[in-house]
Amino acid sequence: MSDATQNINTTSGEGQFSDYWALLKPRVMSLVVFTAAVGVFVAPVGVHPFVALVSILFIALGGGASGALNMWYDHDIDTIMKRTANRPVPAGRVAPGEALTLGLWLSFISVTMLGLASNWVAAGILAFTIFFYAVVYTMWLKRWTPQNIVIGGAAGAFPPMIGWAVATGGVSVESVLLFCLVFMWTPPHFWALALFMNNDYTNAGVPMLTVTHGKRETRKQIFIYAALLAPLAIGAAFTSIGGWIYLTAAIVLNAKFVWGAWKLWQRQEDAAEADVYAAERAYFRFSLVYLFASFCALLLQAVWVKSGMGAW
Amino acid sequence: MHQRRFGRNIGVGFLLVGFVAIVFGLTVVKVKNTGFVEGYDHVARPALIPEGADN
Repeated sequence: MSDATQNINTTSGEGQFSDYWALLKPRVMSLVVFTAAVGVFVAPVGVHPFVALVSILFIALGGGASGALNMWYDHDIDTIMKRTANRPVPAGRVAPGEALTLGLWLSFISVTMLGLASNWVAAGILAFTIFFYAVVYTMWLKRWTPQNIVIGGAAGAFPPMIGWAVATGGVSVESVLLFCLVFMWTPPHFWALALFMNNDYTNAGVPMLTVTHGKRETRKQIFIYAALLAPLAIGAAFTSIGGWIYLTAAIVLNAKFVWGAWKLWQRQEDAAEADVYAAERAYFRFSLVYLFASFCALLLQAVWVKSGMGAW
Repeated sequence: MHQRRFGRNIGVGFLLVGFVAIVFGLTVVKVKNTGFVEGYDHVARPALIPEGADN
């Protein structure tokens, strides 16, 4: 009996509030909240704290809406994958139609409320983000191309850009760099995960790079993206959001990220299997630290500059 | 059914109250941040009379 079948048998009945909450992918939402908040705060234009708070809340809700739409569409493959089999829809606690309805309503509410709370540029980018994640990534790319998470990663990269738009009402070089930071970080992050969760994707027929091109190619691609990310991340230090605090953090973090990717590329498969992908798991964990620390450094830099100290 | 859905209904209730609070708070902030608004209906407003006008 598969894990998925076990889950269906042991969890029956109506969905609780926590199940509907889980449809919004709270862990992804926390990342959205954090990066959007940094986008708002590092922007050169001040926002009323309550407007900023409400805007971030609705950006997060928009992220949650796309999560619910993703769980509606993907419930067939979620049932197969061990990592996702216990999600509310594949586990039978929430009907697929309910997830769809919740996702559509929350999309409408979040975009409308963000437009009313801040401005329609930010709301427009949020609407595009939801469309991109639910339609372009989930319905189209995910099951079609091994580049799925590269292009789909854009959806996760928009929140800091939306945060910036909340404050400034527009898009600028800095907000594009914030976007690039998350966009280029996503492939190494997910491919590191795919290296040790390969069976899940194989069983579900999702064309992850590890499935279509093998782990050797995936390791190479992780290094390429990490190497391409480094100049962008360090380059952001020389824009209006940068300064010596961020530059120092960016150099250290990117050196470690690229070096880690290089070591993963040089690693042989039998060595990885022998230690149950310890290095790959460590790299995946570090990728989370990398993004969190990079945005924290930007935040710290903004606090430093806004308190009257110079950027350099 | 009401008993079974009690937790869910309480959650939805809190969400609705929260939503009303957000809309109210936003209204207060937006109104306070809006510039000076004159409200002199049915009263002569000298500020609106163009400079150099005779009357």
